[in-house]
Amino acid sequence: MEKTPPLSLERRLSQPAGKNVSRRPLPWGRWTMRSIALTYLTVMLIIPLLVILQDGLRAGLSGLWAQVSNPIAWHALKLTLWTAAVMTIINTGMGALTAYVLVRYEFPGKSLLNSVVDLPLSIPTLVTGVMLVVLFGPQQALGVWLKQKLGLSVIFAPPGIILALLFITFPFVVRAIQPVLMSLDRTQEDAAATLGANAWTIFRRITLPPLILPMASGALLSFARAIGEFGSIVIVAGNIPMYSQTAAVYVLGEVESENRLGASAVSVVMLAIAFCLMMIVDAFQRRSRSNLS
Amino acid sequence: MNLNTNKTTRPTPASNRWVRWLLIGAVALYVGVLILAPIVALVSGAFREGLGAALETLSQPEVLKAFWLTLQISAIVVAVHSVFGVIVAWVMVRDRFPGRKYINGLIDMPFAVSPVVVGYMLLLLFGRNGLFAPLLDALHIRVAFAVPGMILATLFVTLPFMVRELIPILENFGVQQEQAAATLGASGWQTFWRVTLPALRWGFIYGVTLTLARALGEFGAVLVIGGGIQGRTETATLYIYRALDERQYIGAYSAALVLGLISLLLVMGADWMRRKERNPA
Repeated sequence: MEKTPPLSLERRLSQPAGKNVSRRPLPWGRWTMRSIALTYLTVMLIIPLLVILQDGLRAGLSGLWAQVSNPIAWHALKLTLWTAAVMTIINTGMGALTAYVLVRYEFPGKSLLNSVVDLPLSIPTLVTGVMLVVLFGPQQALGVWLKQKLGLSVIFAPPGIILALLFITFPFVVRAIQPVLMSLDRTQEDAAATLGANAWTIFRRITLPPLILPMASGALLSFARAIGEFGSIVIVAGNIPMYSQTAAVYVLGEVESENRLGASAVSVVMLAIAFCLMMIVDAFQRRSRSNLS
Repeated sequence: MNLNTNKTTRPTPASNRWVRWLLIGAVALYVGVLILAPIVALVSGAFREGLGAALETLSQPEVLKAFWLTLQISAIVVAVHSVFGVIVAWVMVRDRFPGRKYINGLIDMPFAVSPVVVGYMLLLLFGRNGLFAPLLDALHIRVAFAVPGMILATLFVTLPFMVRELIPILENFGVQQEQAAATLGASGWQTFWRVTLPALRWGFIYGVTLTLARALGEFGAVLVIGGGIQGRTETATLYIYRALDERQYIGAYSAALVLGLISLLLVMGADWMRRKERNPA
């Protein structure tokens, strides 16, 4: 239908830098569209976000801090952050490796692997939680074995949280790196090899540098996504305060027990973290796009 | 061009060959343990007492009702985003006004906002002591702990999908065709309906699929705003949650399997259509 590359090139040639504004004969049409879009976004997005910000800061910053520094809330936030951090480290390493293997190697089952990468995006996270409980649950064979042989509990414990987060965020790093790796010009690597560099040096000095930015934005995206994750975690980790209760589960508890101050305060902290991370991701993605073109 | 350089088979030194198989093996092991093993476990868990037992649990009236509510909410959400998603995407690409960049950034926020917080925000707006409570009482509309609130929650959570699918297509589509149509005497709306919309078709279908898959699986936000009242605000995900709590494992596992399968088939179908669209041969 649309022939993408020639059109965008044509557009770049014929339009003054960055301008993509159509001159419509009927400006009222554009005004209608603009006001519908802005009203919709205001009602759906901006008002809810502002309301929770206002509610969380009702008692001022010190009031917010008093709620957040309550030991149970503080533990929940800390648990959320450290499990997300552990997940991000593992996910970045394995995601980069998966992208590398998918782009550079030919092997049987490659296209299967490529579609499995996207699976977590389409599976509801609650279902992910159920899956992990069936596999590692305290009554299941594997769960019992891990507990007896290694003394390791997965379900209703932090390792389950990390596993659930790893499952959910697996596509983020892979899909951030893959297109950049595919677009790399391999003649530079060949040149380095000709000059006597070994495989590891080539990887470190030639292949890796352009991948750092997409890798970082994929990692931050998975971290941001993990901070708010609820469906899988409430199933996998349960709701044990000071042990396996994450921030999102804590907010649910406070909403149910009608502790509005506590719920709003922790929500605002989570929102602030998410907001900052998304801003950084956005900046990274824009920079890596401009690097590419 | 790039694809060609990647595809050339280059002689691999023997020392690199075992590195290569080591890396492939590590990835296969990771994906197998992390992603495939849990899926296999769920399938075997759902059919633990045979296909009959799974089907019998799934055909209970409460389960059917929960799935039906999920479908209704998802259908409304898809319909709303089909209209407003196109408008928002068009405005973000073709319109210029102060603050557009910030709003464009805000559209991604639902990706990172916790579903629990989404439900809670709506409670603050529509709950018993909420901002809009007096207005809703006067009009005798119930939003919190009722289906309208759950629709709003799902709308919030799925907001980015349609818009993010359409924006790159609109950017690539450019304005030449639109200008040509205008030159030939088409009005603004005619151009929009006859030229712009048809170009968006595939992105639109993909956007609908992603929105639908996400809406079917939404849990945290509808739990908080809907309360999971059995028979009234219990969706498929909320049923799974309750069944696990009540130790009805076959029900929970088989409903989870069905829900996962539906989402999976939807996304796979859309992927297949997209690939076919790109290489029609």
